[in-house]
Amino acid sequence: MKFLDRFRRRREPPSGEVARERLRLVLTYDRTSISPALLETLKDEIISVISRHVPIDPERVEVTFKEGAREHQLVAHIPLRPTGRGRRR
Amino acid sequence: MAGKVITITSGKGGVGKTTATANLAVALAMREQRVVAIDADIGLRNLDVMMGLENRIVYDLVDVVEGRCRLRQALVRDKRLPELFLLPAAQTRDKTAVSPEDMVRVCDELRQSFDYLIIDSPAGIEQGFRNAVAPADEVIIVTNPEIAAVRDADRVIGLLEAEEKGPIRLIINRLKPEMVRRGDMLTSEDVLELLAIELIGIVPEDETVITAANTGRPVALSDDSLAGRAFHNIARRLLGEEVPFAPLREPGLLERLRDWFGRKEGEP
Repeated sequence: MKFLDRFRRRREPPSGEVARERLRLVLTYDRTSISPALLETLKDEIISVISRHVPIDPERVEVTFKEGAREHQLVAHIPLRPTGRGRRR
Repeated sequence: MAGKVITITSGKGGVGKTTATANLAVALAMREQRVVAIDADIGLRNLDVMMGLENRIVYDLVDVVEGRCRLRQALVRDKRLPELFLLPAAQTRDKTAVSPEDMVRVCDELRQSFDYLIIDSPAGIEQGFRNAVAPADEVIIVTNPEIAAVRDADRVIGLLEAEEKGPIRLIINRLKPEMVRRGDMLTSEDVLELLAIELIGIVPEDETVITAANTGRPVALSDDSLAGRAFHNIARRLLGEEVPFAPLREPGLLERLRDWFGRKEGEP
């Protein structure tokens, strides 16, 4: 077991890399005041607004923050629910 | 003479602001500059003990601001370097005893007789920090390659940029090359990329900084420590010299071979 653990542990990224990725996110939130909680709120409200008009799959909706060189973006990924093509209404 | 005001700040406490202030003041004074180190951490002063001058304080910054003495009388001369002085903070008062306007006025007077005014800022982003950066011509952020220190540094950089204070340059302090090599510490490249400001120096973790604090003799007074040499390099960069950023770890076999062949070729 100990022997296997050694291999398993090696696959985890070193802690310096973890720190860098965590910082990248934290600094983005700090700089723009867009927190993970705010992203959740936006997601919930987008789901409720859009699903009033179009059937969407709320489980797969994603709202993320994307940092660019010139501008930052909010990116919403909103998959539509399959409408049952061919079925008669 | 119109001296330059450089404020050393960090956001987070304990990253080495006071050590950096004391050593840059010493290193600049050893390069024939007239230097005054100013402790802006009122109520929690420590620059005096780091410089080994705590027994010679008569008046302090608050005495000057409140008119109990003339500015000259509050300056403590460092006997080891005739060009180096300390303006100590008050220990029994708090930050509200001094305003940003007071700091600007005191520094404007000191500019007349010094080349460099190095201000040791308190931690935090409240009034003590505001006091320390108000007179600054240039700001040096001290951080450690560590998540909380980098985050706080970013916050301070944001505040300074909003006020258009600058230039702002970065010291990465207490880097452990061995941990970086193992991948268990943020690299200096990581920190620079995240904070996106100009680097002025990297100071490796060095036990002699602690023994220097114990005895009140800043490491920059001698050139036999890694940290001391790093602070001298920063002082040279402040004076406009181009100093390459030396690698902090021992060179590997390949690098040693390359250096060896390189040197051979370079010899006449």
